Amino acid sequence: MKKETSPLQQPVEIINIGLESFAEDIKKMDIPVIQMDWRPPAGGNMRLLALLDGLEEEA
Amino acid sequence: MSINEANKKCLEKIQESTAIWSDIRPAKDVVPGMSERTVLHAGPPVAWNQMCGPMRGSIIGACIFEGWASNPEEVAQLAENGELEFDSSHHHHAIGPMSGIITPSMEVNVVTNTVHGIETYATLYMGIGKVLRHGAFDDEVMAKLRWMNYELAPLLRNALHHAGGIDLKNIVTQALQMGDELHNRNKASNALLLTALVQHLISVGEQSEVLKAIDFIDKAGHFILNTVMAGSKGMLDAGAHIKDSTIVTAIARNGYETGIRVSGLGDKWFTAPAPMIDGVYFPGFGPEDANPDMGDSAIAETIGLGSFSMVGAPAVVEYIGGTAQFALETTLKMYEITAGEHETYKLPPINFRGAPLGVDIRKVVETGITPIINTGIACRRPGIGQIGAGLTATPMACFTAALEAFACRKEK
Repeated sequence: MKKETSPLQQPVEIINIGLESFAEDIKKMDIPVIQMDWRPPAGGNMRLLALLDGLEEEA
Repeated sequence: MSINEANKKCLEKIQESTAIWSDIRPAKDVVPGMSERTVLHAGPPVAWNQMCGPMRGSIIGACIFEGWASNPEEVAQLAENGELEFDSSHHHHAIGPMSGIITPSMEVNVVTNTVHGIETYATLYMGIGKVLRHGAFDDEVMAKLRWMNYELAPLLRNALHHAGGIDLKNIVTQALQMGDELHNRNKASNALLLTALVQHLISVGEQSEVLKAIDFIDKAGHFILNTVMAGSKGMLDAGAHIKDSTIVTAIARNGYETGIRVSGLGDKWFTAPAPMIDGVYFPGFGPEDANPDMGDSAIAETIGLGSFSMVGAPAVVEYIGGTAQFALETTLKMYEITAGEHETYKLPPINFRGAPLGVDIRKVVETGITPIINTGIACRRPGIGQIGAGLTATPMACFTAALEAFACRKEK
């Protein structure tokens, strides 16, 4: 890829999923960023996920 | 029945429910299971040695009011000797804000769910500041309590009988169109209640007592809150005990623990330590003065009011902290954890979408979003009263415990 066509040479807008501090660092560089309010299902707790999966069969 | 079918049935029962403010009666005459020494309190069951300062203060005031004791030391003695029968109001179809203390001689609002034949009960709202529900019990508070019980209550009872009851669901529906969320903001609903009541007060009362009652209800600001709480409980009780339903039918706090009840899990409470409240403090007070979250008023959120309807009450954010955008985001978030939308309670700013209704424990655990509660902040020292207002989140531990119990309910 030629340098002048690289997406990173264009103005970028970023959606950050996950740690909010990543978005804050980007904001400090004056780059537009949207922090998505997302977290892993059941907070990533495998036991709770298994319970939810079990209940899905009863839904 | 599948879980979704059970939840649908639960929501149908809640949706078709009514709430008619039908009477005011002494608790001992109407509240089921009131013994001569019953002391009902807000939230899940809690023992005397676990109770926070404001709840103990309220109990002291209630015992003095009943004539069981004449000072705090005598009340503590009664409690420690097991001579007071403490129980959660929820176990008696009753409910109350903050400490929510109800003793046998106290007059209570009677609200009827006419569709399901359910009567629910709540204390009379006493005003803001130094009041019994915040643990105040000085001479001024006791005089006000006696006036309310022995003069105001009989007048209101006669007016209610003259009116043939007042339709609270109708008032709530209208007030949601007028900027109330019916928990911390009751400007419209309280005025609508007074409008519905005033002609009947004039019909049954002497001019001086009627004027005093009107002035009190107007200045109290949130007088309607307790009646709406009882009405909301009556609706949610209609949706309780539906086998296989994962819908939350009560959220309540006692200043020590927060508890939830789930339709398909009967009367069992799932509890966690009561959280602190993030909010705005009145001048002279700060977080160091605050009591953990307390009161049965989270029944408002459980029925889709309060923070769940905050988008329709942007003015409330001045009181509890935040912005109008935050109010919108809060309501939208609550849709992510609810199984339905209210067919009658509509929210104008989001195209009259029905209020989020029916917190589903599965959705709470999956999303990590817990119900937000708009609430008052009580001073941890008894007798001071409300020191601010804000928001708190119902602890996730209540929902994970409920989900675990639900998942293994068939093994038992």
